Amino acid sequence: MVYIKKDTKIIVQGITGHQASFHSNEMVKFGAKVVGGVSPGKAGTNVNGIPVFDNVEETLHLEPEATMISVPAPYVKDAFYEALDHGIKIIYVLTEHVPVHDSMEMINDAKLKNAIVIGPNGPGITVIHEKTKIGIMPNHIFNRGNVAVISRSGTLTYEIVKSITEAGLGESTVIGLGGDAIVGLSYVEVLSELKKERQTKAVVMVGEIGGTAEEEAAEYIKAEFNKPVVAYIAGRSAPPGKRMGHAGAIITRGKGTAESKIKALNAAGVEVADYPQDIPELLKKKLKK
Amino acid sequence: MNLYEFQGKELFKKYGIPVPDGYVVSKPEEIRNDIFPAALKAQVLVGGRGKAGGIKFANNSEEAMNLAKDLFSQTIKGSRVKYILVERKINIDRELYVSITIDRSRKRPLVMASTEGGVEIESVDESKIIMKHIDPVHGYSPYISKIVNKKMNLKDNLAKQFSDLLSKMYRLFEEYDAELVEINPLVITKEGNLIAADAKVIVDSDSLFRHPDIPVNLDDLTELERIAKESDYSFVELDGDIGVIANGAGLTMATLDSLLLHGLKPRNFLDLGGTDNVDIVKNAFPLVLRANPKVIFVNIFGGVTKCDTVANGIVLAKKEFNVSIPIVVRLSGVHEEEGRQILKDNGIEAFSNMPDGVKKVSEIYKSMIGR
Repeated sequence: MVYIKKDTKIIVQGITGHQASFHSNEMVKFGAKVVGGVSPGKAGTNVNGIPVFDNVEETLHLEPEATMISVPAPYVKDAFYEALDHGIKIIYVLTEHVPVHDSMEMINDAKLKNAIVIGPNGPGITVIHEKTKIGIMPNHIFNRGNVAVISRSGTLTYEIVKSITEAGLGESTVIGLGGDAIVGLSYVEVLSELKKERQTKAVVMVGEIGGTAEEEAAEYIKAEFNKPVVAYIAGRSAPPGKRMGHAGAIITRGKGTAESKIKALNAAGVEVADYPQDIPELLKKKLKK
Repeated sequence: MNLYEFQGKELFKKYGIPVPDGYVVSKPEEIRNDIFPAALKAQVLVGGRGKAGGIKFANNSEEAMNLAKDLFSQTIKGSRVKYILVERKINIDRELYVSITIDRSRKRPLVMASTEGGVEIESVDESKIIMKHIDPVHGYSPYISKIVNKKMNLKDNLAKQFSDLLSKMYRLFEEYDAELVEINPLVITKEGNLIAADAKVIVDSDSLFRHPDIPVNLDDLTELERIAKESDYSFVELDGDIGVIANGAGLTMATLDSLLLHGLKPRNFLDLGGTDNVDIVKNAFPLVLRANPKVIFVNIFGGVTKCDTVANGIVLAKKEFNVSIPIVVRLSGVHEEEGRQILKDNGIEAFSNMPDGVKKVSEIYKSMIGR
């Protein structure tokens, strides 16, 4: 089990919003136990049958263990602390453009309270063999299998997952860390979970320019990871100092280049694909060994 | 968002961080008779200004006006000079370095300090840089300055000044959602005072909603990037020939990279994001067309963004904006077959996978430039 399992009870904060109302329903269709939603002033209504409450406190009788936060960026911090202060231990933030100081504070605080933060600004987590997900990944791209995917982006991840599925392989867990400069989980933290998880036989790392998370993952893989890893790194063509869509995808002061990441991963024995669509072949080669 | 030095120094003053006497001008005639000898500092958002000739010294207003005329007519590393900061010259004894930034991997603020100030910190040997993290939950605590002071060998009055400075820098960093507050050089004057000779402040663009006093500054964007920003497209201008429209930051980057691996240079990065709106797709075209690419490559993986919506947007754009350059489209994911059919019916080639699309772009481009 990586972070969530089939009976994990989930609430959705901001459930009446455009994105959250659609995706909470998709989560239910995938098999997730979405027990309630929060939207101030909308208590007593429902979204596709999911009961809506005014605040997190009113959902506590449903014993929520995880939450998806989909509220506008200025309100994320408040929603986050509402969840954390009511004892919710898995907090996924979908919202993009959360101020980085808010993220820093939330994530450091969550650590003290043993809560897991996924995101902000990522597609969430899908655990295929547990038939559950929190987030916005499209349901139809998955096929149950033994490849875990860890990524910093959304669409590119779906593209790669679909290519894995179409190649006759399948996925165990797919997790989006988030495209911001500061996110809750690192590759290293997720890899250390996947290390002890039986379902996963191989890992795909989808990285991109900015920061040093991929380099740190390479160190960890070299030192103690026991399963084959293949990777793709986006942003070889990115000029320094320009944000390439994601707040975190920026080369600053010579740090965070694709070259540096590819070099570190290669040194750890990780093959890095030139094109995203090369991933399934690399995986097949590794899984055969 | 990068602030100009004079904006950074305004914030410094607000927090009681000492800066030289000075004022900012936007034309030479605004130069006053006081504060001489003075430094004239071109306000640009790029580093390495001094070496590029962006700092001059004047002994009187006549000299200053002539130098200012000169600076205003120049570009410093490609940036036009819109403002000059006129500052009283300070008597430098030593130059230090201090900054607070965000350490992405430790997820917390990081203080960096060095006795080797006045040069780019990247060129300073790491053994000479003091680093100390700050816990963002409870913030700055005086012990941090004590440690840094000891390592920098600052004593007595200087140590006291430095502790005071660092605590104020942290307050600014925190209250203004800064990604960087940097003073380089932090000058020790011959009189024994610490003074911030330069100021580099980067404010998190995502926090501007709570900082109405900070004017939005788009001066480090190109003209096209400014237009894109106004219409809410995530867009970066590059210098190649292939216009790119894709969805998702990661996939858009991967698209540019794939083109580059085929020897094709992209003209831009444009991420449509998650949208199912025909107009957003359609209106991306005039933006890319303004950059005069030779070919446009549209690369979509459909999810929330449905392929038939994208196809309709492309068809509309082609008609409405009389697009005469070739468009190559790759559509995969939700409603891909419908999408490709719509394009085919309108005489636009569409592929289902990315390598085929990139290959087609390559063929077209190479035949255009006769290779």
